[in-house]
Amino acid sequence: MTTTTTKSAYLAGLRDGAPFILVAGPFAVLFGVLATEAGLNLFEVMTFSLVVIAGAAQFTALQLMQDNAPTVIVLVSALAVNLRVAMYSAALTPYLGAAPLWQRVFVAYLLVDQSYALSHARFEAVPEMSIPQRVAYYFGACTLVMIFWFGCSYAGAALGTALPADLPLDFALPIAFLSMVAPMLRTLPHLAAAATAIVLSLLAVDVPHSLGLLIGGIGGMIAGAQTELWLGRRRA
Amino acid sequence: MIDAATLWTVIIGLGVGSFLLRFAFLGFVGDRPLPEWMLRHLRYTAVASLPALCAPLVVYSGDGGTTEPSRLAAAIVTLVAGALSRNVFVAIGAGAATLLGAVYLLG
Repeated sequence: MTTTTTKSAYLAGLRDGAPFILVAGPFAVLFGVLATEAGLNLFEVMTFSLVVIAGAAQFTALQLMQDNAPTVIVLVSALAVNLRVAMYSAALTPYLGAAPLWQRVFVAYLLVDQSYALSHARFEAVPEMSIPQRVAYYFGACTLVMIFWFGCSYAGAALGTALPADLPLDFALPIAFLSMVAPMLRTLPHLAAAATAIVLSLLAVDVPHSLGLLIGGIGGMIAGAQTELWLGRRRA
Repeated sequence: MIDAATLWTVIIGLGVGSFLLRFAFLGFVGDRPLPEWMLRHLRYTAVASLPALCAPLVVYSGDGGTTEPSRLAAAIVTLVAGALSRNVFVAIGAGAATLLGAVYLLG
């Protein structure tokens, strides 16, 4: 007996994805506003959001370009911030790896925190889903988030120049990022990673070419991984 | 001001690079398992790279490399509110309220 058709899987994804517009929307508005403040025009803002679809990486690139960092450093640092999508790709491969190539291309293009989190949880909970049902669920979960991502980028870009000049927008980025990170600090390795990254990035602030971000980020990742290993050995 | 050539190089490079990161395993690797050491490091990308980006913006937020008290207070309130509530919106709200309060009330 078929428990769900492809269409109902798509609708289930659409329903489960709906609350995430509350996360994607405000970040897209903020990107539109900050990018416009940095001098990007509407076409540039929209292309950026359409081509990259990665809030944190886009904010990072924007910040480093404003600091006049070399282009290579901008790219490497922004991609480093976005490394987690490679982990998502790995995590979804057992469930979607057998789908047709053109579908996997679109799955990859739309792979963000929300689409990964929702679909991975669903695929794990309902192992009897067929490949077409999984793909339909995935695209359903993406639909509203993507509409709001692009729509709110546009709204932010249109709004950017209309905002009062004395708003402390320079600090919107740290507040947005710290609010994303704080709820993740739930284990000792996560705390060690964050603390190491902060100390290293402050020590490396005068290192040329804005390399401090990479030094702090990589150092933090190593600290997290090592703390995890150390805890595992202590338990063993 | 960001010059157009740099901007478009970054947009296209970041688009291609992000796609390759996303496609890497779905497209190229298939369902072979990843080495454990790699997964162990990838787990900490977000909690390491985002604070590394923010820390200098917070600590050197004033003129000439000094610390602006309103920015430091807002950053600490954001972190504490987020860690306690486990909620992104509570953290943003608390941080923004602290920043705006400090900027407009204290001058």
